Amino acid sequence: MAPKLPPQPPLEHSSAATAGGAAAHHAPPRGMLRWLLTTNHKEIGSLYLIFSLIMFFIGGIFALVVRAELFQPGLQLVNPEFFNQMTTMHGLIMVFAAVMPAFTGLANWMIPLQIGAPDMALPRLNNFSFWLLPVAFLLLLSTLLMPGGGPNFGWTFYAPLSTTFAPPSTTFFILSLHIAGISSILGAINIVATILNMRAPGMRMMDMPLFVWTWLITAFLLIAVMPVLAGVITMMLMDINFGTSFFNAAGGGDPVLFQHLFWFFGHPEVYIMILPAFGIVSAIIPTFARKPLFGYASMVYATASIALLSFLVWAHHMFVVGLPLVAELFFMYTTMLIAVPTGVKVFNWITTLFRGSITFEPPMLFALAFVVLFTIGGFSGLMLAIAPADFQYHDTYFVVAHFHYVLVPGAVFAIMAGVYYWLPKWTGHYPNVRLSQWHFWLSVIGVNLTFFPMHFSGLAGMPRRIPDYALQFADFNLVSSLGAFMFGASQLVFVAVVILCVRGGEKAPAKAWEGAEDLEWSVPSPAPLHTFETPPTFSPHVH
Amino acid sequence: MRTLLVWVAGCWTLAGLSPLALANGWNMPVGVTDLSREIYSLHMTIFWICVAIGVVVFGVMFYSLFRFRRSRGAKADNFHENTTVEVLWTAIPLLILVGMAVPATATLVKMYDASDAELDVMITGQQWRWRYEYLGEDVAFTSNMSTPRAQIRGEEARGEHYLLEVDEPLVLPTNRKVRFLMTADDVIHSWWVPDLAVKQDTIPGFINENWVNIDEPGIYRGQCAELCGMDHGFMPIVVHAMEGEEFDEWLAERKEAAAEEALGVDRDWELDELMERGEAVYGSICASCHQAEGQGAPPAFPSLAGNERLIEDVEWHVQTIVNGVSGTAMPAFRSTLNPVEIAAVATFTRNAWGNDTGDAVQPSEIAEQLAQ
Repeated sequence: MAPKLPPQPPLEHSSAATAGGAAAHHAPPRGMLRWLLTTNHKEIGSLYLIFSLIMFFIGGIFALVVRAELFQPGLQLVNPEFFNQMTTMHGLIMVFAAVMPAFTGLANWMIPLQIGAPDMALPRLNNFSFWLLPVAFLLLLSTLLMPGGGPNFGWTFYAPLSTTFAPPSTTFFILSLHIAGISSILGAINIVATILNMRAPGMRMMDMPLFVWTWLITAFLLIAVMPVLAGVITMMLMDINFGTSFFNAAGGGDPVLFQHLFWFFGHPEVYIMILPAFGIVSAIIPTFARKPLFGYASMVYATASIALLSFLVWAHHMFVVGLPLVAELFFMYTTMLIAVPTGVKVFNWITTLFRGSITFEPPMLFALAFVVLFTIGGFSGLMLAIAPADFQYHDTYFVVAHFHYVLVPGAVFAIMAGVYYWLPKWTGHYPNVRLSQWHFWLSVIGVNLTFFPMHFSGLAGMPRRIPDYALQFADFNLVSSLGAFMFGASQLVFVAVVILCVRGGEKAPAKAWEGAEDLEWSVPSPAPLHTFETPPTFSPHVH
Repeated sequence: MRTLLVWVAGCWTLAGLSPLALANGWNMPVGVTDLSREIYSLHMTIFWICVAIGVVVFGVMFYSLFRFRRSRGAKADNFHENTTVEVLWTAIPLLILVGMAVPATATLVKMYDASDAELDVMITGQQWRWRYEYLGEDVAFTSNMSTPRAQIRGEEARGEHYLLEVDEPLVLPTNRKVRFLMTADDVIHSWWVPDLAVKQDTIPGFINENWVNIDEPGIYRGQCAELCGMDHGFMPIVVHAMEGEEFDEWLAERKEAAAEEALGVDRDWELDELMERGEAVYGSICASCHQAEGQGAPPAFPSLAGNERLIEDVEWHVQTIVNGVSGTAMPAFRSTLNPVEIAAVATFTRNAWGNDTGDAVQPSEIAEQLAQ
């Protein structure tokens, strides 16, 4: 019996496609439908980026509610219950709805262009994985309006606070994370399939730009750990609704099991948010130093080592839960080891600058700030790795300072560097230099004012996630709050730069930056909707 | 060029701030135990190592950014890959890390040796207070934040120890090894006093171990470090460390008082007496969830004022206090409150806020139930 086949595409399409040329394509559907149905990697990339920018502002507003309440001692604006919802939602939205989709958006736009492929390998899946996201996060945001409020147990949602003691909306929170997780896994599969199968003829793995390499490794991390997250939230779902006791000691379960499972996902997750950033910075620094990256191969190996080590360090988030001594030592040593490949990366960037011919265009400013400030976050990470000292650092603002240094001037600055770098390719215009510089300097000052004092308040004894604090922490918190509002406001400049750049500006040629080498600079600016319909000839430049 | 100068100025300001960090209130406290001093010195060692690496790395970086600018006519070189350099910058950090791991391991081994303690204290985290039990001494009490809510709301001037003061501090002897056994009744909490360098999660259903040996008498303050719900920010810890003899006297007094309380179980209590005692228990134990006026915070924390089932069914009411409600935030108080306290708080909630049942639940009835 013949299987029932899906309807064939209209004949004109397939025959015209073989003829090639721009006329080969349908006029896209108009209006909203075009965006809903698009399978084009550039359009889906733009959707991801716009979505993540909107979420970046929503998550940012939550952060500003937190910082406004912490502006001075006492409870002024919100009650503790709502405060906990704000810290939780800020973390969840920034991690899952802002940073991760932003990198996926950049991957969608740039990976096909960088490897000379006409599109992603699985375009319809690509559409599906994007449109899952608005569903997931509208659902998540709607929990704030439900009786009992939204998630209030921190973005790490430790059981049993997130199970037995959680608000009724937690089941919706679980569903929303499941949907976001499916989106991530599908996106990752698509990226792996694209990179492994659709490189231009002659492009070997070791010829790929580092952004492609770091994303390939990131995609494998996603495929490995998102199912673990799905597992752990399903166990929560069972504990909450079906009377199981995975995390309930009274029924024979173990609350610490939750943390092991969560961080087995969670630690690779933090590398998921930083490895593509390494890739972006590794593209930008050689471009504006006009000098090849010092060690291409060692960058690839360092990225792979970091990814492998990321599976062996999870319990450094759990040094004070009462692990046995041997486990403490194991996780302390493996965590310290991560400093070696991370150091290799920083040394490589700096050696690339050495004896270059350096200019300071906006993408370069953000990339350089990334190197300095990410390294500061790396230093505090090294301090946190020292298990005995972590008994003092753990769950304080020192940790908050650490992970914001690697995530804000780390991941977020790298995303912005990437946006400034590729905007000429996307829009055909250079971003306004003056405004970009304003955005950069306000952001750098704002971010340091916000997060540097947190090192001090943490060391002096201020725990995380408290809505009110003892009087000795007042000065630090005041500075942090002022810095946070400054940083938040300066992102409006960023939006202005992007909108102005889409609408006009200095015209950019195909090769928008003098020192840029990769394949994306061989297609016109703005990149036409369809590129590389016939594979480009790729001649490997010496890395 | 001008922007670059600002850049560098900014970075030097950051670097300039770090010595300030050594001043009090900017850095980790040195603390009052051998271990806290060791941890402090590990912290400062790794900090200075980071500073040294930072000076070299950022030094080369900013030198390059100045020296090799195109605006100064720099021509790009084309060098890349150098095995010697790459081996060196892998090996040297590795050696530094080994050098750091040795003392860290030694300290950690000491921290894990809780043997030969002279006193065992059970620490139990509860939403949102701490309970301390001197094991084998029949002395136990709960410790609540004593900062008035009016100060939090800004209606009163805030005191010196705002949010870091309690009604009953944990009293410990100096120069004796004290072992902590730590658990929780509801969610995970974390008991942290920076000056003692003790931070340990308290986990429901499991017992963790830690220890201190305090050098100097004094008052040491800390707070819960693990998010534990609504009032996570309001469960401070105060440790009052006193000389051994003074501590022994204090413990003897507390034992006597506890024995006296135990006698009270057998006698009949007047309604007024029970109400007075019950109000105190309610304020320190129940009010954080069920609120000062018994109005609760539904859906998580039901209202007690005008609660029909509570008013009608005294047996169910007492059962709920004694055994808790499984699957909800209501813990069992059978082991944390004594029969007098349970009877008193049951009586209080049956008669306060217009519940007016007139019932006086007697401690002896509770003791009988608990014995079953």
